[in-house]
Amino acid sequence: MPTTFMSRNDLLLFLGFTIVVLAMPIWLAPFGAGYPDLLQRFMIYGIFAVGFNILFGLTGYLSFGHAAFFGVGSYTAVWSFKLLTLDAIPAMVFAVIVSALFALVIGFLCLRRSGIYFSILTLAFAQMSYNLAYSVLTPITNGETGLQLTLNDPRVLDAAIGQTFVGQPVPTLFGQQLSGYAGFYFCAGFLILAFFFAQRITGSPFGMMLKSIKSNQTRMQFTGFNTRPYALSAFVISGMYAGLAGALLAVTDPLAGAERMQWTASGEVVLMTILGGVGTLVGPVIGAWIIKYFENILSALNDNILARFWSFLPDGMADFMVTVTSKFVGDGWHLTLGLLFVIIVIFLPGGIMEGVRRIAAAVRRSGTPAAKTQTQPAE
Amino acid sequence: MTLLTRGLTRRRVLQTGMAGIIGTGVAPMMFTKGAWAQEFCNNPTGDTVTFGLNLPLTGTYAEEGADEQKAYELAIAHLNGEGDGGLLNVLAPSALKGNGILGKKVVYVSSDSQTKSDVARAGATRMIERDGAIMITGGSSSGEAIAVQGLCQEMGVIFMAGLTHSNDTTGKDKRRYGFRHFFNAYQSGIGLAPVLGQSYGNDRRAYHLTADYTWGWTQEESIKAATEALGWETVAAVRTPLGATDYSQYLTPILNSGADVLILNHYGLDMVNSLTQAVQFGMRDRQANGKDFQIVTPLISELMAKGAGESVKGIFGTSNWHWNLQDPGSIAFTKSFGAAYGSPPSQAAHTAYVQALLYADACERAGTFYPPEVIKALEGHEFDGMGNGKTLYRAEDHQCIKSVLVVQGNESPTSEYDVLNVVQEIDRETVAYDPSIFGGDLGPAEPAPMCA
Repeated sequence: MPTTFMSRNDLLLFLGFTIVVLAMPIWLAPFGAGYPDLLQRFMIYGIFAVGFNILFGLTGYLSFGHAAFFGVGSYTAVWSFKLLTLDAIPAMVFAVIVSALFALVIGFLCLRRSGIYFSILTLAFAQMSYNLAYSVLTPITNGETGLQLTLNDPRVLDAAIGQTFVGQPVPTLFGQQLSGYAGFYFCAGFLILAFFFAQRITGSPFGMMLKSIKSNQTRMQFTGFNTRPYALSAFVISGMYAGLAGALLAVTDPLAGAERMQWTASGEVVLMTILGGVGTLVGPVIGAWIIKYFENILSALNDNILARFWSFLPDGMADFMVTVTSKFVGDGWHLTLGLLFVIIVIFLPGGIMEGVRRIAAAVRRSGTPAAKTQTQPAE
Repeated sequence: MTLLTRGLTRRRVLQTGMAGIIGTGVAPMMFTKGAWAQEFCNNPTGDTVTFGLNLPLTGTYAEEGADEQKAYELAIAHLNGEGDGGLLNVLAPSALKGNGILGKKVVYVSSDSQTKSDVARAGATRMIERDGAIMITGGSSSGEAIAVQGLCQEMGVIFMAGLTHSNDTTGKDKRRYGFRHFFNAYQSGIGLAPVLGQSYGNDRRAYHLTADYTWGWTQEESIKAATEALGWETVAAVRTPLGATDYSQYLTPILNSGADVLILNHYGLDMVNSLTQAVQFGMRDRQANGKDFQIVTPLISELMAKGAGESVKGIFGTSNWHWNLQDPGSIAFTKSFGAAYGSPPSQAAHTAYVQALLYADACERAGTFYPPEVIKALEGHEFDGMGNGKTLYRAEDHQCIKSVLVVQGNESPTSEYDVLNVVQEIDRETVAYDPSIFGGDLGPAEPAPMCA
């Protein structure tokens, strides 16, 4: 009998996810989001959220400092571009290694506490990294200005093989430039891989350990398990995911700024996960897409566009609607996001995935009543 | 079907996976193929041409961003032949016809850069990739300007910098596709130092508070060099984070440092806060080393002077332009801007407006939007009538060389806008410098990079 590798449901989910991701340039175009930069961001923050979910959703540790690993990944990648080579692969390898080491140190310290104390500790470390990047470490991070590639960087490996080029240096993959759609498919490949690994982790005995840490850590310890190595592994894995995402952001846009390590960036990934559905595989990715979509589309609307949109109304009405709606778009897009978040948390505590499940259940109930007994996936 | 219910074999999964990976490799070709139809990034094929305005509408420099936006809207209206024509009538030489650019109507898209480099870059990318912007302009922070300039070089889109005063923008981080009309910190130093020497003497001890990013660093360096050449001594230079609101922890040590001049290398809201708090600390009423304690703000604008109110009276600084200048260009711009928005324009608004016009003029002269040709038209271009006297867009570093104003906070303002007096206009021969002193490399214009 052949070894069973993946259950049918898992495989269908994975294939469905792959198709949805790869077809994004097509189905997102009508929503005004089918351009490479935003699609790349969808992929990158999707990876970030999937990794964060391994810690938060699976293990139950709420980290408020994940942006630090993201930032470390970006800085490492840019330094690799500057010092070694413009090829993306070494940059990403280094980024993942360095962020893993960084996560190991921070995780080792923070995981001595759980619950809110853990959250506060991670927040403190992340904010510390951010402030260091802004002040003491400016020779490494270039502070507020951001770390950028220049023509006269050393690039030892490129120089060794005698590779020269003209114009602004940009990251490549075996000589192929990674801007635009090429960059998108590069990131999409990694998102699919990241999703696959997260799926494997969730289904593995190791994933079962993480889930039991979440449900009752004390009982685990009483039954003779040392939980800390498991929690630390989860922390490091999720830090590596964040580092990978940070590196990809540097690959597609080779500038690393300290803002991406700020606590707002850490909070954003928490929002993404909760919005989409904590503990589900697809949820965090959907949450990331929704937040990035809002950030990029709503924040780009201005009064002129609104005026055009409402122009079918009579004059006074149109002006009134423009005044009201303008508060929710442009620089006020956070207000819309906040409202959406409140609505989701009140009516769908399990995030968007809970909504999807409810609809699916309703459909099934009206269709075949017998299917109601089918077990729901945990969380 | 039986296979599926039993789960899948490892081999089957690997096969499907390989097919997926190959598919992923092939797919990009299908999508990028069409992009090569146009010969350069965002070649405008319709009857409009799109400017991308990247403006800090929130954050430390938000007020400058809002003023720049007004100026761009005005410039675009004038380019399209609407309104009173503004500076189109005084620019000399001018190829502008008031019917858009090369017969195409000018429209714009905008993005809030939040005074952050990361966000500015993301916004610029969106405007180039999605909205088809032919040119990116704006910004009120050198951090943003340098970040966006690098991006524009990568994409092959011209960047007309807004307010950016760091030496690096046209110094070590200069780019072939980036152009700056605004003056820089080095020129502030040359202009300001003699005035400081005359007013405060040559044996002062200076203490710097500096915004901790590229602009602050280079301004500190330039002002330090210029004042030390006078014979001043620098006691200390302390870096403060951009966007700080409470400066008391930085101001307290100054009292016992033995310094008798405080130099604030801050801008925007930072400067309003630090200056106001320094005055509240009683610094200007103090005596140190037997002299009156003085505050100097090397770069100052009307907006900040207005924000700081009483505190700014009598304080020296430099500006790129002032609405109260009496040349035809300044008068025309102040009149148009005032008629449209009810207040005189700031220096940020002026530089933004002029940059938009200069780009349009260069396209008309080049007869095309093709960036390398437009770059050639701008490089070494000499023009007049824009309020700063004769101005040269220097080819070596894309820095405009023009006169610089030394200003002083007005002791008895007649209106809420009359907050700065022009003390001296330093002519452009004095503030010109050797472009090679800052290093850097413009890079090539051709082949024009092709954005996706």
